[in-house]
Amino acid sequence: MDRQQTSDSSGTWQPKIIAFFCNWCTYTAADLAGVSRMKHDSHFRIIRVMCSGRVDPQFVIDAFARGADGVLIGGCHPGDCHYMEGNYKALRRFHLLSRMLMSMGIEQDRFRLEWISASEGEKVRTVINDMVRRIRALGPLRLPAGLAELDGELKTREEEILHV
Amino acid sequence: MSDKPKVGFYWCASCGGCEESIVDLAEDILGVLDAVDIRLWPVAMDFKRSDVEAMADRELAVTFLNGAIRTSEQEEMARILRRKSGLLIAYGSCAHLGGIPGLANQFPREEILRFVYEQSPTTENTEKIRPLTSAEDQGRKTTLPKFFTMVRSLDQIVEVDYYLPGCPPTPKLLLNAVTAILKGELPPKGSVLAPDTALCDECPRRDSKPVDLQIPEFHRPHQVVIDPALCILSQGVVCMGPATRGGCEAACPAGNMPCTGCSGPTSGVADQGAKILSCLAASSSPKEEDEIRRVLEGIPDPVGTFYRYALPTSILRRKRMPAETPQAHQ
Repeated sequence: MDRQQTSDSSGTWQPKIIAFFCNWCTYTAADLAGVSRMKHDSHFRIIRVMCSGRVDPQFVIDAFARGADGVLIGGCHPGDCHYMEGNYKALRRFHLLSRMLMSMGIEQDRFRLEWISASEGEKVRTVINDMVRRIRALGPLRLPAGLAELDGELKTREEEILHV
Repeated sequence: MSDKPKVGFYWCASCGGCEESIVDLAEDILGVLDAVDIRLWPVAMDFKRSDVEAMADRELAVTFLNGAIRTSEQEEMARILRRKSGLLIAYGSCAHLGGIPGLANQFPREEILRFVYEQSPTTENTEKIRPLTSAEDQGRKTTLPKFFTMVRSLDQIVEVDYYLPGCPPTPKLLLNAVTAILKGELPPKGSVLAPDTALCDECPRRDSKPVDLQIPEFHRPHQVVIDPALCILSQGVVCMGPATRGGCEAACPAGNMPCTGCSGPTSGVADQGAKILSCLAASSSPKEEDEIRRVLEGIPDPVGTFYRYALPTSILRRKRMPAETPQAHQ
């Protein structure tokens, strides 16, 4: 993802959002949105997973650390999980991880969990457009660039540390 | 001069516990002293940086370095010791993972300095004097190391050959490591010199861990009386065991306290905190949003609990502080 463009041809920053969609519901809904020729924002990379419960919190954190501005998880509605309990696990992880990400300076609007069934192509569009709008309002996250800048301090030892 | 292998011990941002753990070898230390020649050990003997600089490259067969890297002096010593040592071993949680000092990566550097030099209850500094990296007084120039923006592990500064995990590493792990080095029976470079299995594997309570863990409520250790025979997680107390490397023989659970994660993750896990978060959330039982929220509030400080020793080496490394990064370019 590092190599991918973060700005359009005019040099304006464009949001980058990683979406983990469950195979049985939300991915099928995104497919439906596609065949129904619904237009939505294009700043998304969808990764298909078998279940929202398969989304390891490491995947979410890693996406942010590699330059994503937002992460969306899409799963089946409660009670509809193909594997019975996967979406409940995703929901509990989402709550704890959101709180942890906020403590680490990553705003709530950058991380989202949505239940979208296979028939809800329209909801895919609404959620994507809304998330892009919110992330545009927040601006770029810049985690890789921010850390690279801080590592620059290792080579500049001579300068004064503190100014009274 | 003896022809025994020369060994160095050095400390950076650490508490001194790692140094004590060397003495914890007890009578075994005599065998170690017979086999090696300690050439550098600032906590026990007088050494100056110039003594280290005067050594030939790789003159020290092995250096055990404990502590995280927070200042420019520590960075420089780590670089010098890398050059002077055949093997450089990150000793203990701080050098290995960033350790307890690494929790400071949740705060801006300025906030830390302001608290320490101006606001702490025992500080009187009405003129708000702060240390300078260099100052001149009566024609004499003095210098101080630079305080970096963040805490780093040793391998974020220089290449590390091996890691000894733990806060501090147990005497058994140290003795095993010294024996392996002396016999030349070391695992591949970059290995952590401890088993690559989760702590639960060697926990004396292992048999009482339910197959399908369902935690209805979380409690902090001081809020409950922990049953010494049962799996600590099954009692609703956060135990880092499932996301932590073994090797300490589950010393804390054996002492009726939960594991806090000092040995870091096993090699298959990139982010210890994310992994235990995943485990605990999946293993708690509520299904309704309000109930989930309430139950998970039983873990009041996820970052401090899940990354107690490994924040600088976690995927995020440090809290994002937008004030320090340039504003959105629009």
